[in-house]
Amino acid sequence: MNEILQGYNFAYLDEQTKRMLRRALLKAVAIPGHQIPFGSREMPLPYGWGTGGIQVTAAVLGPNDVLKVIDQGADDTTNAVSIRRFFAKTAGVATTTDTATATIIQTRHRIPEFPLSENQILVYQVPQPEPLSKLEPSRGETRRMHALAEYGSMHVRLYEDITRFGHVAISYDYPVMVGGRYLMAPSPIPAFDNPKLHMMPALQLFGAGREKRIYAIPPYTNVRSLDFDDHPFCAGRAPHPCGLCGSETSYLDEVVVDNKGGRLFVCSDTDYCETRRAAGHVGADA
Amino acid sequence: MPVALVGFADPVLDAQACFRAVLDAMARPGSIHQVGGTLVAPASLCPAAAAVVLALVDGETSIFIDPAFADAADWVRFHCGVAPTPDASVAAFVLAPDLPDLRSLSCGSDEGPEDSATVIVQVAALGEGAVYTMMGPGLQYPRTFRATGLPVDFVARWAENHKLFPRGIDLILCAGDRLAALPRSLSITGG
Repeated sequence: MNEILQGYNFAYLDEQTKRMLRRALLKAVAIPGHQIPFGSREMPLPYGWGTGGIQVTAAVLGPNDVLKVIDQGADDTTNAVSIRRFFAKTAGVATTTDTATATIIQTRHRIPEFPLSENQILVYQVPQPEPLSKLEPSRGETRRMHALAEYGSMHVRLYEDITRFGHVAISYDYPVMVGGRYLMAPSPIPAFDNPKLHMMPALQLFGAGREKRIYAIPPYTNVRSLDFDDHPFCAGRAPHPCGLCGSETSYLDEVVVDNKGGRLFVCSDTDYCETRRAAGHVGADA
Repeated sequence: MPVALVGFADPVLDAQACFRAVLDAMARPGSIHQVGGTLVAPASLCPAAAAVVLALVDGETSIFIDPAFADAADWVRFHCGVAPTPDASVAAFVLAPDLPDLRSLSCGSDEGPEDSATVIVQVAALGEGAVYTMMGPGLQYPRTFRATGLPVDFVARWAENHKLFPRGIDLILCAGDRLAALPRSLSITGG
């Protein structure tokens, strides 16, 4: 059991703020993919470090939860470590790096490689919740576009990529249609992770602190990456096995290892890579 | 009138547990959850409905309380710090002993479908009685759901509500210390 920091409410936020977040979360689950405005609070870390995700986690977290936090798939980066420690201190919850034992996983820009279960909640840190933001700068206008399900401009954007490059050149934050109704930004997860959004057994919650929006995908919800019949969605992956665990299916990080052009491709999901190595899988560079 | 009834024994953790139950109920429609077991609620309210009100309602939102629950009004006023609104059509939460006319409640706008009512309905029983079949987000396969105390024309009235999607009303059904939720995204047949 962790020592709880005295002088703060459970999980840092005051109860009125949590109720506001909880009401927004319930509506978000009832309207999959629709962005709900909320009164984002100032948190003890700057915007861009996961304030939206932290507020969502603080609103759902209970004393019996086991929290895992990943940053680009890694449990051991500054952002992941400090958020995990933040909740260990303010809520006294157990933390873990093991995907299977976590009940709440807060993530920045990845979905774990191991499939998630019905007993888990995945909380995304979202920098830009509006998928149409680069096509239409006015939030008033994009709100209307969502109301009318007017998503032609996004199809044009994909089409322009195809005419210019021969394929859709969006490698992360690839737009999806949720439940056949709302166009949604899946946060900057690689397009490689997009298929995992579809019919996921776990509840997915998205929090954007600076942009003050919350949205959600309930379990077992239809999520389709936007594409064309003659140019179906295709998730890319670096054509290498993981240098440490040899996985040929995981999403890889490219690491420069010397100043002579040496490169190492390793799993971005550190828990997945470590679990495989513990099970005896060995890559060429291990 | 003095309010003799206490609220949650632990206002922070009990509210969290109740919210998680409602969140899971909303995310997996038809699933039944236990809440508010130890709560001493006003006589007309079941513990589950009382717990949901304590967990979600405060002075930043609005609640309409059906006259049948008049004895709960002061309790809500005291514990939630909100004066119940006399106008159900503008309320964010509606606390009712049976299914109200959903058309008379706020169903949100096309741009703000979240500005819609959540109706907390007290029913006779969950998990027994009329059989409904549901399909929608949150359900891998069509799922059956049983409840006693919904009106005989519930399926037709729900279809009218579901047709408005993404606008519409969300229901939280409470019986004793159990609750289940029906979000607007569900299509429901049977009865």
